Amino acid sequence: MQRYSLPAIVLHWLIAILIVGTFTLGLVMTDIPGLTPTKLRYFSWHKWAGVTVLGLATLRLLWRLRSRPPAYPGSMPRWQGRAAHALHGLLYLLMFAVPLSGYFYSLAAGVPVVYFGLFALPVLIDADPALKPVLGALHYWLNMGLAALVALHVLAALKHVVLDRDGIMQRMLPFRLNKKEFQ
Amino acid sequence: MKPVRALLLASLFASALAGAAVLKTDPAKSSVAAVFKQMNVPVEAKFTTFSASIDYDAARPEASRATVDIATASMDLGDAEYNREIAKKEWFNTAQFPKASFVSTSIKPAGPGKLNVAGKLTIKGKSADVNFPLTVKTEGGKTLFEGQLPIHRLAFNIGEGEWKDTSMVADEVVIKFRVSAGK
Repeated sequence: MQRYSLPAIVLHWLIAILIVGTFTLGLVMTDIPGLTPTKLRYFSWHKWAGVTVLGLATLRLLWRLRSRPPAYPGSMPRWQGRAAHALHGLLYLLMFAVPLSGYFYSLAAGVPVVYFGLFALPVLIDADPALKPVLGALHYWLNMGLAALVALHVLAALKHVVLDRDGIMQRMLPFRLNKKEFQ
Repeated sequence: MKPVRALLLASLFASALAGAAVLKTDPAKSSVAAVFKQMNVPVEAKFTTFSASIDYDAARPEASRATVDIATASMDLGDAEYNREIAKKEWFNTAQFPKASFVSTSIKPAGPGKLNVAGKLTIKGKSADVNFPLTVKTEGGKTLFEGQLPIHRLAFNIGEGEWKDTSMVADEVVIKFRVSAGK
């Protein structure tokens, strides 16, 4: 079966690792009580990682627009193809919405983002104490939505490996699995 | 002449000699803030409670005097939890040192609309001689004093223990202020 292009595979896994790491760091850092150097360090790392996801998601979207992914096999029911497209669309949307909501949350809190402590990113809105809790809640719930969709995405991929054995997931793997075992 | 009246007259005479009457500051149009870098991210925190007493006569600037008292517990980082943290012993220790103060020792004219101010700055029980340029302008019938005073936070023990790490919070802090005052 035709695999995804190499840039699509690389971007998929880089973003996947970053999203899981940034999400986990977000939960850990907001759980630290009070004010500690570790907490501030984690906040900075979290923001840098989020900005990196936003940048990679932009590259990925551009690549997706110019290189079509391989078509699904005819054996796959049409509703599954439509469900997969819808889920992928929502994941693309959240790859942008989650970091952007976090970025504006930080700006509303009066803390601009300085990428890797080196590059000051644009301050697009002023500090806004009224907007801050709204964006904080938005960032949180978009993340919970993303977590739910990622779980669904992983379950669907595993279904293709374990139940359907149709090679759908192998198209995105960075390595080739033994054909006899999985197809 | 009764002693009380004599004292009153003497003090009136003395204040007439001392120069102009103390100007009335307008808190709504005045502000004091600390600007510092946290992992290279510029953060500005306002002190919401302070009082400034400025005795200024444009005709005799060298006779001017200024004192500023700042309630250290009023520093606002835009987050209630962080505000409680910086009141603690490692930072401002507001229980023991509720006030930071500046008292001028000399004010000299330095060109049109400019003054050079020297004085004693006391924060967290530590005093230091400082001097800084001050601009003076008239705005809507009021006199506006503006200036920036760079200090080193560690010289005043602001941030003890693990917070001495200047890669986390820079040693340099700029105190930015503007005081609007009139008769």
